[in-house]
Amino acid sequence: MIALLLILIPLVAGLALFIIKGEAAAKSLALMASFAVVVVSILGLTTMNSPHYLQFDASWLPMLFARFHIGLDGMGQTLCLLTAISFSLIFIATWNNSYPQPSRFYALMLLSQAGLMGVFLSMDALLFYFFWELALIPVYFLSSIWGGEKRIAVTFKFFIYTFVGSLLMLVGIIYLYFQAHQSFDIHDWYSMKLAPEQENWLFWLFFIAFAIKMPVWPFHTWQPDAYEQSPTAVTMVLSGIMVKMGVFAVIRWLAPVLPTASYQWGDTVSMLCLIGMIYASLIAIRQDDLKRLIAYSSIAHIGLMCLAIFSTSKSGMQGVMLQMFSHGINIIGMWIVADTIEQKYGTRKISALGGLAQKDPALAILLVIVALANIALPLTNGFVGEFMMFNGIFSSTVTKYALMDTVVAGICIILSAIYTLNMIRKVFYGNTSALITSGNNTSAAVKVSLSIIVALIFIFGVYPKPMLQLTGELVDTILAHMKTTM
Amino acid sequence: MNAIIFSATWGVLMMFSGIFISKPAVIRNLAITGAALLLLVNVADSGHTHFFHVDVKGMLVFDSFGLLFNSIAFTAVLVYFILGAKDIEEVGVNVGEYFALIFFVLCGVSIASSFNSLLMLFLSIEIISIPLYILTGSDKRNLKGTEASLKYFLMGAFSTGIMLMGIALIYGATGSFSLGNMSVQLEGFAPVMMAGLLLLLIAMSFKVSAAPFHFWTPDVYDGAPTIFTSFMATIVKAAVFIAFVRLFDAAYGSSLVKWRLTIAFIVAATLFVGNITAVFQQSVKRMLAYSSIAQAGFMLFALFGYSSYSKEGIILYAAAYSLATIGIFAILIKMKDYTFDGYNGLGKSQPLLAATNTVFLFSLAGIPLTAGFFAKYYMLVAAINNGAYLWLVIFAVLCAAVSVYYYFRVIQAMYFKAGDGQVKEVSPVFKLVLALVAAIVILLGVYPQLLLVHLYF
Repeated sequence: MIALLLILIPLVAGLALFIIKGEAAAKSLALMASFAVVVVSILGLTTMNSPHYLQFDASWLPMLFARFHIGLDGMGQTLCLLTAISFSLIFIATWNNSYPQPSRFYALMLLSQAGLMGVFLSMDALLFYFFWELALIPVYFLSSIWGGEKRIAVTFKFFIYTFVGSLLMLVGIIYLYFQAHQSFDIHDWYSMKLAPEQENWLFWLFFIAFAIKMPVWPFHTWQPDAYEQSPTAVTMVLSGIMVKMGVFAVIRWLAPVLPTASYQWGDTVSMLCLIGMIYASLIAIRQDDLKRLIAYSSIAHIGLMCLAIFSTSKSGMQGVMLQMFSHGINIIGMWIVADTIEQKYGTRKISALGGLAQKDPALAILLVIVALANIALPLTNGFVGEFMMFNGIFSSTVTKYALMDTVVAGICIILSAIYTLNMIRKVFYGNTSALITSGNNTSAAVKVSLSIIVALIFIFGVYPKPMLQLTGELVDTILAHMKTTM
Repeated sequence: MNAIIFSATWGVLMMFSGIFISKPAVIRNLAITGAALLLLVNVADSGHTHFFHVDVKGMLVFDSFGLLFNSIAFTAVLVYFILGAKDIEEVGVNVGEYFALIFFVLCGVSIASSFNSLLMLFLSIEIISIPLYILTGSDKRNLKGTEASLKYFLMGAFSTGIMLMGIALIYGATGSFSLGNMSVQLEGFAPVMMAGLLLLLIAMSFKVSAAPFHFWTPDVYDGAPTIFTSFMATIVKAAVFIAFVRLFDAAYGSSLVKWRLTIAFIVAATLFVGNITAVFQQSVKRMLAYSSIAQAGFMLFALFGYSSYSKEGIILYAAAYSLATIGIFAILIKMKDYTFDGYNGLGKSQPLLAATNTVFLFSLAGIPLTAGFFAKYYMLVAAINNGAYLWLVIFAVLCAAVSVYYYFRVIQAMYFKAGDGQVKEVSPVFKLVLALVAAIVILLGVYPQLLLVHLYF
């Protein structure tokens, strides 16, 4: 029931918005729907936290043995909560933005939310594929209609990249369907036994699809352009939630299904992640564009998460699940600040800004907190997840290169501190630039959303236990399952 | 049997209507009624209500596969008539004859979906082809159309010759035209038999415009009046595919392994040529001609991985592809400018046309939630099921990704580019039917079994 509502509320509200006209009505309905989703997902965490409410299984395609089976487990809970909160935050933060054809904009936003929820909830591989694609289509339209100057080409590149990946995944899904004796059910897939040679090439069919989504080097080239050209609300969806689809899918659909190959290719993937992290961090240091800087920092963070998954340790996996949530919240905070600066001063160039702290101290404080959480300072939510991931990577028993992985990843954290603090220094302190004096005040909507984010940062930074409890059991099952096949 | 006799009779009726009825609107309504009745008669046949009892001496077999395809084809014709009957009137003065020819083609279609003898196969292909040669050149003032017609006729005659030669060789090897006898004879390897089958394969590949026998397709599709291109590229093509699958079922089935490499080559070449060439087109009409080659490449998977999946798949593909392409062509005819730029801004000026067109393009590209997804899905399942040739499957999905490039160019023009998207006048009925077809495409994309269960009952 809860699981179904998480998809249905945004879906129905989104479809209704195609009929409703008027900006105010569209905004209010979208906001209300997103609040309703938050309430439902919190209910799923607390009072209605029993399998009876969290699972939904109905007949869908009897001829193909595919079922409409959705359910919430620990990781699903975390990511659905993230999706729910993020969309509310996005709607609040962009409350004052006005778009041409507003009702369509909000309709597509809600449809993409429905698709994302479906991805996190699906327990059936074909259904998962459906939602995987459906989450993409609204975003394609959103970015292409309301995006920046080069939007059409850039978004199309993004679309083609993802589409190629998902088609390869489809081939893999069909192959596994036959191997699992014509079943798409996730439990059948987990208990399937494959020959190592089969696993070895199947792994790449899936991993490329997920790597493009995350993105892992060298599949990342669509990402900085897409983030830069999309309207900010969509960039928040892309970087806050959509990239988590890739990380999530590796944990749910790749590592436990093809465990032998995951061990086999673990070092190769780790190498790609490390190269990507160093590469993205170095580029971020040289960036002068605020949006591109955040985009590259995101590649580095995702690389670390992917690295931690393939360490195949409890601490690492739990850290990833926690970090997916924290990173989503933090990066949305970063985008809100970037968007506010761009709206107020008309530029994203870091070199053109300066001395913002004197003009707008409230914004400066909020940004500094978000930025510090993003580089994982203790007491912030970023710290807990990152610490656990490092712990997992260092203590990993499946690789011989645990020490090297940890050291290189550690260097990237230092680099991330360099570019983040550098950005803060240049934008908020230093000489007051001419542009800064001209800006108007920060809107209440932005302050409210940033305050919520800061509150979340501290709450989960000081008391992450509930989140960890949520995922502990699931990680144990996944790891136990992976170990038995070894 | 109902459909064969009824369509031929109605064709004659339409022919005479041109003499006695002067109002085109009456002729048009007569044709629409005919298509609706034809569908009804065929559904009755599927429900074991036979109006005619003819002893066919086992040369025709009416099974659920053929009858279901007939129903799909006649539904598509009905949609095609409602959307495009007015455009047929505008092609020339002999309105009655155009409709008559289309009904004759439908007679050929119903034979093609039920033949059990090579003689009948030959007859059905000829009954389908000859009216099409005429329809292609029906706009006599248009030089391009006349050229296309002649080209089509010459190439078609040539391929018919090859087919006859093949049939003759097979007759020589087996002493029978019956499909049933062929599979028995195939156990041993007789060179004459193999040569016959190869010639038959080439002739059929020609008819479905598979590479490297596709060269006539772009010119003919581009040169023919757009409204008839729509008919040729959808219903007719699907029908020939059904005939191809039937032929394979009986004739090649037991020796499929020997043929697999040949077919794999044809599939790969067709996909490659169709998709890559479509990318470079500037006219949507020509792009659709190449896209029809590309789609044929996917439909050929039904032969490649022959199993119950591929039978289900080709039925679904016929429905998904025909409906979507008819819809796209119907909108194309209403455009004032056939290039991609002509679609600029259609999303603003004609929201419904643009939205339905998007659904159809999604379906052709194989995006989930549209019928086209499951059509492609079944084809891939059929191919993966037999294990070998995984490279071909991966090549096919990469080609599908390429196809997204040219289909989405239309979507980009409609929604993301500024322009006034000029169209000719469209009636409310036209819009309603388009919306209905789009709804069917989506419905089949969620519940493909709505169609497929009819294969088994």
